[in-house]
Parts: sequence; C-alpha cells; structure tokens
Amino acid sequence: MYAFIQFYNSSVGKKLLVGLTGLLLISYLVIHLFGNLLIFRNDAGRAFDEYAEILPQVVVIRVIEVGLFLIFLFHIITAAYTWLVNKQAAGKQYKVWKKGQTSKLSSRTMLLSGSIVFIFLVIHMQQFWYTSRYEAGEHFSMYEVVRATLSEPVYGIFYLIAMFLLGFHLRHGFQSAFQTFGLRDKKFTPIIELVGAIFWLLIPLAFASMPFYFLLNF
Amino acid sequence: MNFILKIWRQKDRNSKGKFEEYKAIDISPDMSFLEMLDAINRDLAKQDAEVIAFDHDCREGICGSCGLFINGRAHGPQHGVTTCELRMRHFKDGGTIVVEPWRAKAFPVIKDLVVDRRAFERIIQAGGYISVDTGAAPEASSIPISKANAEEAMDAAACIGCGACVAVCKNSSAMLFMSAKISQLALLPQGHPERKIRVHRMVEQMDKDGFGHCSNTYACEMDCPKKISVTHIARMNREFIRAKIF
Ligand code: FES
Repeated sequence: MYAFIQFYNSSVGKKLLVGLTGLLLISYLVIHLFGNLLIFRNDAGRAFDEYAEILPQVVVIRVIEVGLFLIFLFHIITAAYTWLVNKQAAGKQYKVWKKGQTSKLSSRTMLLSGSIVFIFLVIHMQQFWYTSRYEAGEHFSMYEVVRATLSEPVYGIFYLIAMFLLGFHLRHGFQSAFQTFGLRDKKFTPIIELVGAIFWLLIPLAFASMPFYFLLNF
Repeated sequence: MNFILKIWRQKDRNSKGKFEEYKAIDISPDMSFLEMLDAINRDLAKQDAEVIAFDHDCREGICGSCGLFINGRAHGPQHGVTTCELRMRHFKDGGTIVVEPWRAKAFPVIKDLVVDRRAFERIIQAGGYISVDTGAAPEASSIPISKANAEEAMDAAACIGCGACVAVCKNSSAMLFMSAKISQLALLPQGHPERKIRVHRMVEQMDKDGFGHCSNTYACEMDCPKKISVTHIARMNREFIRAKIF
C-alpha cells in the first residue's frame, strides 16, 4: 500500500494511472458500439430489443459495470488532481503567449472536453441505463426509448456535440497514454497514430451516426 | 532597424514588476537579441538609469544562461536557437517586441528578466550523474557502445539546461530537461548501475521543487533551442516503470 501511495504521489505515476484507466475505458467503447449497431438492422428494432433484454441478465456484464464505474471515478479524480497540481505549478503570467504555435488545442483542453463528456455520460446513463434497468415494465422496448430520445433535436444535437468532444479528447488522450507508457518512439508512433485514429475518429463517428439516423427520421 | 520594446522590469524577488517601454533605434539586422538589449542598456547607463538585468554568458548557444520569453515564445520565434543566437533580422522593422522572464512557480523572478533556476541544479544533484572513482582515464574502446546509442545519448546530452521547456509548458513541467539527462545516462553502459535509483530520485526532486506534471502537449520540444525530442520523455517514463514495477 505504501508503495502504491508513493507511486500515486509521483507525477509520472499519476500520469501512468490516468493513461491506463483511459485505455480501459475506451476499450469498453468498442463493445458498446457493436451492441448498439444492431439498431441499424432492418427489423423495427427487434434484434436490438433482444440484446438489451439479455444484457442485464449476464453476470459478467454486471461485474464489468461496477468495474467501469470505479475506473471512471479513478480516471476523473486523478486527472482533476493532476490538473490542480499543474495549476499551482504553472505560475504563467505572460502578457503575450503564443500557445497555438507550440501545442495542439486538444492537448490543452483535456479537462474541459473530459468534463463535458462526463456530463453527457451522466445524462446518458439516466436516459438509457437507468430506464432499462429500473423503469422497464411490460412491453418495454429499448429501441423505442432510443428512438424517442435521439430524435428529439435538443438531445440529439447534444449527443453529436458530446461525440465530437469525445473524439477531441481521444485525439490527444490516446497517443498521450502511449507516450506515458514510454512506447512512443520512431518505430511505434505510426502504429499508435493509426490505431488512435480508430478511437478518436471512427468510433465517435459511428456513435454519432445514431442520433443522425433518428434526427433525420429514417 | 527600429523597434519598440515592452520589457518586464522588477526590482527584486519581492517587489511587484511591470512592463516599461523602450525604443531601440538604428539596430543592425545582424545584431543578436542580446546585443540589441546591450544597446538599450548603453543608452540607459548614459542617462544614469538602472540598466535592464538579463542572464547571459557564452553568447554562442552553449551555456544555457540566456533565456527570454520573446513575443510569446521561449527564445523567440526562431526554432532551434537560443536568445543569444537570435538575430534581429527575424523581427519586423518598426514592430513591437514584448520581452518577459521565464514564468513558472519553480523559477521565481529575481530581477527584471533574471529568474532563479537553481531548481534545475537540485534535480541534477538528486541523480543526474554516475558515481565513479576518478582514476586514470580508461582505455576508450574497452566498453563497446553501439553507434545508434552513442548518437542518441549525444543528442540528449545537448541539453544546456536553459529552462525554455519549463517556460513554455503550460504546466511548468521539467520533464524534457530531466528526461534528457536520464535518457543520456540510460543509453550508456556507465549509467546502468544507478539507473533505478536515479529516475526515482530525480522525479521525486522534480515534484518537490514544484514543477508541474507533464501532460504531453509537446510544447517543450517546439521551443527547445537544442531540439531535444520528447522521445526522451518516453524513455524516461520507461525507466520509471522499470524502476517501480520490475
Ligand atoms: S548566453 Fe550562453 S547560451 Fe545564450
């Protein structure tokens, strides 16, 4: 335990943990996405409804849910703590500071993009996870809930913005994690960038296709 | 060439500073930035006014003493040069130039443009060395080192400790500076016996001195006058993982 506290207290240790938890979280995105794509089946949502019904009955899923929740908390708290330490260490009173010339916007706004994605997640959980778990009565159709929610313009657009920010967050976060693990060198950087593009570009796009689909009323 | 300069003036560590405006008239485009400041100081001295304090020594980009935040960039707009190597031809004639000291909690301003960079020395003292008995110089080729490693160690050793990385980092992190030393010694066999304790102690010292945590914005690499690459930070992280976990 003492060793862990020492590790956690060191600047490099904290970063490693933020990167590691971040990667665990996005690996869940892949699973989540594959399930969700059932929405696009041309069967009036039957396959998706069946999938949504089975999910809570699988023990592994329950365990993963708890794990994800804890990992989330850890990721957020550690990242926020790091941000606070950095705020104190910075002491930047520059009159002129051309940040844009030396670093990417995405790398400087991780707390902001992360916070908005977090707010999105809380709402998202309430709307879908909570509803399916605790408010599902007879003849409950998850597909209907999803359709009704996402075709509502305010929420649909919020969903799109959140996916954009998720991509923005991962644009920096993915490669940053590998830099922190010490794997970003001449040989691996192109591979990391390539796989990274799946996470910051393709996956958010695929998620965004759902509100698009319902907003445009297919 | 003529310039208007807005320069940070601060009497000492404890007083509040402010910007003062100066005119630099008839400046040769071949002058270095420090020579331009010398010209202003000469005028100030003639008027019996307090000259502008700034750090400098070698004036050829090897000592790391000089370092000014010029128009929003560490060491000014040119990539890969120190302030003393920066020539006035890179600035717009008649333009305004804002000159500020490095800004970081760990680098308090002592006077005008001079900051206290001793925190860097403390990091090196914590582990940036190899302990050897200094006897007679051994036969050079008795320890074989691959060309690639020697080159990379040399690149890392090019760090002059000027502090530009800290100055430009939004978190005021000293990772690029520290990683250059750790990487250099990790690449050479002489550095191996102490590699674990080195990274452990240096990171601890960096944190203690109030530098921030690196968040991989890579701004340090952009403004490093010696073009030290952030791949050294990656190697340092590897050293840290190796020391803590394996
Ligand atoms: S004065 Fe020595 S590096 Fe500039």
